[in-house]
Amino acid sequence: MSESRAVLEGPDIHRALTRIAHEILERTKGADEVVLLGIPTRGATLARRLGDRIERFEGVKIPVGSIDITMYRDDLRLKPARPLGRTELPPDGIDGKIVVLVDDVLYSGRTVRAALDALNDLGRPTAVQLATLVDRGHRELPIRADYVGKNLPTAKSEKVKVYLQETDGREAVLLMKEDAK
Amino acid sequence: MIRHLISASDLGKDDALLILDTAEELARVSERSIKKLPTLRGRTVVNLFFEDSTRTRISFEAAAKRLSADVINFSAKGSSVSKGESLKDTALTLEAMGADAVVIRHSASGAPHRLANWVRGSVVNAGDGTHEHPTQALLDAFSMRRRLGGLEGRRITIVGDVLHSRVARSNVLLLATLGAEVTLVAPPTLLPVSVDTWPCEVSYDLDSVLPKSDAVMMLRVQKERMNAAYFPSEREYSRRYGLDRDRFAKMPDQAIVMHPGPMNRGMEIAAEVADSPRSTIVEQVANGVTIRMAVLYLLLGGETVA
Repeated sequence: MSESRAVLEGPDIHRALTRIAHEILERTKGADEVVLLGIPTRGATLARRLGDRIERFEGVKIPVGSIDITMYRDDLRLKPARPLGRTELPPDGIDGKIVVLVDDVLYSGRTVRAALDALNDLGRPTAVQLATLVDRGHRELPIRADYVGKNLPTAKSEKVKVYLQETDGREAVLLMKEDAK
Repeated sequence: MIRHLISASDLGKDDALLILDTAEELARVSERSIKKLPTLRGRTVVNLFFEDSTRTRISFEAAAKRLSADVINFSAKGSSVSKGESLKDTALTLEAMGADAVVIRHSASGAPHRLANWVRGSVVNAGDGTHEHPTQALLDAFSMRRRLGGLEGRRITIVGDVLHSRVARSNVLLLATLGAEVTLVAPPTLLPVSVDTWPCEVSYDLDSVLPKSDAVMMLRVQKERMNAAYFPSEREYSRRYGLDRDRFAKMPDQAIVMHPGPMNRGMEIAAEVADSPRSTIVEQVANGVTIRMAVLYLLLGGETVA
């Protein structure tokens, strides 16, 4: 690994998530109709954490699930077939709800496009919003996030990697210079 | 991932588990109201069936369609094959039509292997003669894993016409890869000569094996492939190797009963055993679509290896 630098440490990630949880509550007026859907792997973890926080702040338990977008990707044919993640919808489904998609890094926007396509096959929410821990710019599609943990100016040659306790055993967002393999 | 699926032995443990895990996620697609994924849009899957088959062909067709692939069905009856066209010429025709995958069933063992050398797309063996039927073995393993929770160290008993069964061979190979212990039970005349080289045990006595089995798979007696007297009478076969109520009672309480279908009720399996809640026979059909979706996705979904 060449150069890498921590952009967010554990406490920063916690504060960002706490703020996003409050923003979701504020924007959706109490999050009554909200369903949080995380994009595996780390988006799903973040969605669970946001759900826990919202429950702690307002005492409402909001449905949390995950939505795998692998089968909807536009770059499937550029790499060997990938293993699938889990799609887990809350029992009441997403019809008529406000779906908040949760992902770790927002970059080209292609993952979110795939998620919107996947949602289309799963039901008809009233509205779809997007929450992301890091927005690193360089969008290739007309997509923006409603809730952002941190706006991070990056070069295209750099890589952003999110580590979370549940999946990686540590908490950090790293910015890596190119040729980091 | 491999390019063709011709034999269950093409699959290492990692590949086999990848297929089963992929199927586990895809099973959820079959439960929702829109059962379609856009993944194989624009890809063509040809079902090339030289032998009669209902469930396997429909299963592959449903799987390909749920992944949005275009499906061309080709059956030997009423086609150019009945006019004398060779397998190779048929293959070249399909090639010219741009088939990305060919699902082939043929009465000659080894036909899919030959075909794989002639076409650019992926070849999936849907049963060749008395040789192999790998997707059946995968769906059986998937059904067992879902019911038993895992396959490592599980004792699986396969009973009946092993000699003519491509299902048995594929199952033995795949289950051994996945760490299960397989025992074949059959009259000596219905076991292949080379069975001692297979990774499994052999027994002639069903009653002694049943109490130690986590799953019992009954095979159909394939009358259409029998050109000699392999056992004295159907009645005697049924009495010694059929799974009736009394034998069913000897199995452990949680053990399951399987059959690849089509079954001869009253011959190798009693009707009330086939309809019991511990029978997975109907489940196996549903799991067939799921596992074939997983196979088609993993063979065709990614970049095409030249």
